[in-house]
Amino acid sequence: MRSASDILNAHRGDPTRLVQILRDAQHACGNWLPARVLSEIARGLGLPRARVEGVAGFYAFLNLKPVGRFRVLVSDNVTDRFAGSAETCGALCQRLGVKRGHVRSDGRVSVDFTSCTGLCDQGPALLVNGLAIPQVTGERLDQVVRLIEADTPVDEWPADLRRVQDGVRLQGPVLGATLEPGAALHRVLHASPDDVLATLKDSKLRGRGGAGFPVATKWETCRTAPGDSVVVCNADEGEPGTFKDRALLMRRADLVVEGMTIAARFTGATQGFIYLRGEYEFLLPHLNEVLSKRRAAKLLGTGICGDRGFDFDVDVHLGAGAYVCGEETALLESLEGKRGVPRHRPPFPVTHGYLGRPTTVNNVETYADAAVIFGLGLEAWKALGTEQSSGSKLLSIAGDVERPGIFEVPWGTTVREVLKLAGAGSVKAVQVGGPSGELISPKELDRRIAFEDLPCAGAIAVFNESRDLLEVVVNYAHFFAHESCGFCTPCRVGTHVATRSLDKLRQGRGSSAELAELGTLTRLLRDTSHCGLGNTAPNAWRHYLDKFPDDLARRLQAGFVPAFDVDAALVAARTARGETP
Amino acid sequence: MTAKVRVATTSLAGCFGCHMSFLDIDERILPLLERVTLDRSPLTDQKHAGPCAVGLVEGGVCNEDNLHVLREFRAQCQVLVAVGACAINGGLPAQRNHFEVGDLLRRVYTEEPGLTRRVVPDDPELPLLFDKVRPLHELVKVDYFIPGCPPPAEAFWAFLSDLLDGKEPRLPKGAIRYD
Amino acid sequence: MSSFTLDGADVAFTEGQTIIEAARVAGRFIPSLCAHPEFPAHGSCRVCTVLVNGRPMSSCTTKASEGQVVESNTAALNRDRQALVQMLFVEGNHFCPGCEKSGACTLQSLGKELGVTSAGFAHESPTRPVDASHPDILLDFNRCILCELCVRASADVDHKDVFALSGRGLHKHLIVNAESGRLADTGMSLEDKAMTVCPVGVILKKRQGFSTPIGARRDDVQTPRQRLEAGRKP
Repeated sequence: MRSASDILNAHRGDPTRLVQILRDAQHACGNWLPARVLSEIARGLGLPRARVEGVAGFYAFLNLKPVGRFRVLVSDNVTDRFAGSAETCGALCQRLGVKRGHVRSDGRVSVDFTSCTGLCDQGPALLVNGLAIPQVTGERLDQVVRLIEADTPVDEWPADLRRVQDGVRLQGPVLGATLEPGAALHRVLHASPDDVLATLKDSKLRGRGGAGFPVATKWETCRTAPGDSVVVCNADEGEPGTFKDRALLMRRADLVVEGMTIAARFTGATQGFIYLRGEYEFLLPHLNEVLSKRRAAKLLGTGICGDRGFDFDVDVHLGAGAYVCGEETALLESLEGKRGVPRHRPPFPVTHGYLGRPTTVNNVETYADAAVIFGLGLEAWKALGTEQSSGSKLLSIAGDVERPGIFEVPWGTTVREVLKLAGAGSVKAVQVGGPSGELISPKELDRRIAFEDLPCAGAIAVFNESRDLLEVVVNYAHFFAHESCGFCTPCRVGTHVATRSLDKLRQGRGSSAELAELGTLTRLLRDTSHCGLGNTAPNAWRHYLDKFPDDLARRLQAGFVPAFDVDAALVAARTARGETP
Repeated sequence: MTAKVRVATTSLAGCFGCHMSFLDIDERILPLLERVTLDRSPLTDQKHAGPCAVGLVEGGVCNEDNLHVLREFRAQCQVLVAVGACAINGGLPAQRNHFEVGDLLRRVYTEEPGLTRRVVPDDPELPLLFDKVRPLHELVKVDYFIPGCPPPAEAFWAFLSDLLDGKEPRLPKGAIRYD
Repeated sequence: MSSFTLDGADVAFTEGQTIIEAARVAGRFIPSLCAHPEFPAHGSCRVCTVLVNGRPMSSCTTKASEGQVVESNTAALNRDRQALVQMLFVEGNHFCPGCEKSGACTLQSLGKELGVTSAGFAHESPTRPVDASHPDILLDFNRCILCELCVRASADVDHKDVFALSGRGLHKHLIVNAESGRLADTGMSLEDKAMTVCPVGVILKKRQGFSTPIGARRDDVQTPRQRLEAGRKP
């Protein structure tokens, strides 16, 4: 077993690597972080112990109390639910003889839910000690139970059980790119910064992570800001229902790193990071292999492409279960080894990012797109898309469709066309862009996926006529409450209060009182939250209340109904009196 | 002369301190009683509330009987007012919310020294305790709140004067107290 | 000198000041909770949210700039502030009648200032044991509003790092710098700056409770608004 000091040495005693250190220490300590180990780490890094504990306490995958030596987490996105995740979870608990959220008495196993793991096209999915196990039903579920009971370490489980499909159903210029590694980079190498900038501007490339910020502006601001700049790839694909970066990193990791290297060449950065969500730990060996190969081919490291002034390398940092780290400033905090709490802006990362240095943070797809633009040329790129949304977009489609998976389509494609591609039947509603995006009704299927109409970072979840939309909305609300970093009052408390109101509505005990409360919360979260998580948390219930009034009307009670349950509240006193409840 | 307004008052899990503070309006109770008839109230000893314009409820809800009385008030009173800290956030009785109520009962009735019958009483006359002490608004719709422990007499006076005058009741700034 | 308008009144500011700082200097009250004049803005309570040229922004983190039109005392903003205060009340266990800090508590005075009469939402009633391990100091976590003032005072002024935050979302909570988790095992002492910054009643000197009679306490004498406005230049 590795000692704390071995782990600290492996990370060069670097406090910015704290999240990585805690991950490794937890692995070495049987899946949790005893108080003594936190003290050792704090001493070794010269940090206050409480700060180390605070960081460990922030991330869902770091445990301050013992969990099972096999920690089984069932992905709890609503599409997983509809694919049978609750049944899978129930069956695992029953077969393994453990109550959900508890540790079996022998310490072997614990089972619980976790936020969407990005395997919605292959659900119901698990993470077992951090490694993804797709499609856990039937014989595969039996196999999981047998392997746990046989105490077989997860990395020795059959490859077939752990194999994740890349899920690509339709290729475009990015997924289908046939560029040799380095081809795009070579074109940039001999171009002046002005020419690169002109190409970026002309391409109209906008960030693919959701906000759609013009890439040319971001890169240029970073390039001209004083200080050693940094290039960061945001691979914290946490928006429930989004799994397109998973496919890109499986199939086109070279292209992604090439895009990062182009950004480094342009901005003058020498240091780069891929912040990979913890759920995608299974991609780590592959990514490290791609990075090694690129180093060997002189496409990374010192003297890239034989240019003695061109040094750049990339390190992969793993997240540890925190959706909010997809917000770029929270990501940077996490990358610096801190709690993933979004920063105040301004200043923006382009001038004051990682360790205060100018930092270009872009989504996985954005970097791949940039490599394609420089590799295949502007014309091919501009041939696709709309006025404000150029090129292609990767969509990850899940839910009630025949062909869930990744579809690369030109921007401007209508939702109707997208649904046809994936084979949707009856449609009650479509969630575009994940819970923070927009819930649309069947009347809106001719809207276009484009920044000028329906912006979408990638997630499309389809719900057929048989689905309970309020279940969808409730699931999303619980997601935000679970993922709120807790920094600001409206989000910390408001997302939680919203789950209570929505749960009550779903139980058919809601009335105008709950609607009024949700109205207050919608306004409060939108107007007073510290970051985008809180701002967008009300979107799903707001759209549901606005667009599906009939669905709601039949569930509403005429007058106030308390959440209080008399019998439940009397169980303890009755038991103490000796009554059998 | 216009008809008098019926007002009921009660104390649930409270200490009657709010009632005492209400009486601190002193001689102003005389003009008040010219406009108000007291219905169920500790001051009248009437056991059940009839239809009333206003119900003032002190104390939180800690047992079955409290809930029963609260529901009667809600059903009978057009305007229901939560009076005092306990009615608004559970107050002092809610300090027990961090303990399991079964443990509390066993501790008090079976483990304390000097007990002869070491048994948790099950007399039907004793209302059953709820797991937690709850404020009124978590159980019924409450129309107005007069905070304070107790609310100052001024708060009662201002509130009732506004209500009787047909105005939206407003507590003057100094009359909003939390202790 | 540069200026912006706050609810129609001109407020002068110097370069680098935030809106709330400039307002404070000018004796103009913007309701706030986690902002402390001796520390950089925290921006977590969101009570000081104002409209800056029509857009909601926290006035403690937004720099003042020439010609800004700032609105603070609007019915909608005060309603939002009421809801934020109510959220803080239901999130923890705030029982003013039994709190030593009553009458000198920023959360309490703010609630009264804003006319908050009820909790509004259902109470969470979280279980948060107090830490009475230290010989001189009591920590009552039930009242914590997570403003991090003690964290920052202990780190930046006392250089002791006694406090930190752990958990997240509704489970976020204050912790102390000891493997035992007990304040007695930290370097905390009565002279620390961290003793003086808590806006509510978490960090208390033992054997000092209720030393000032009701009526004579800080906020009985003058509310925070009155204190600030008393300094306003005519």
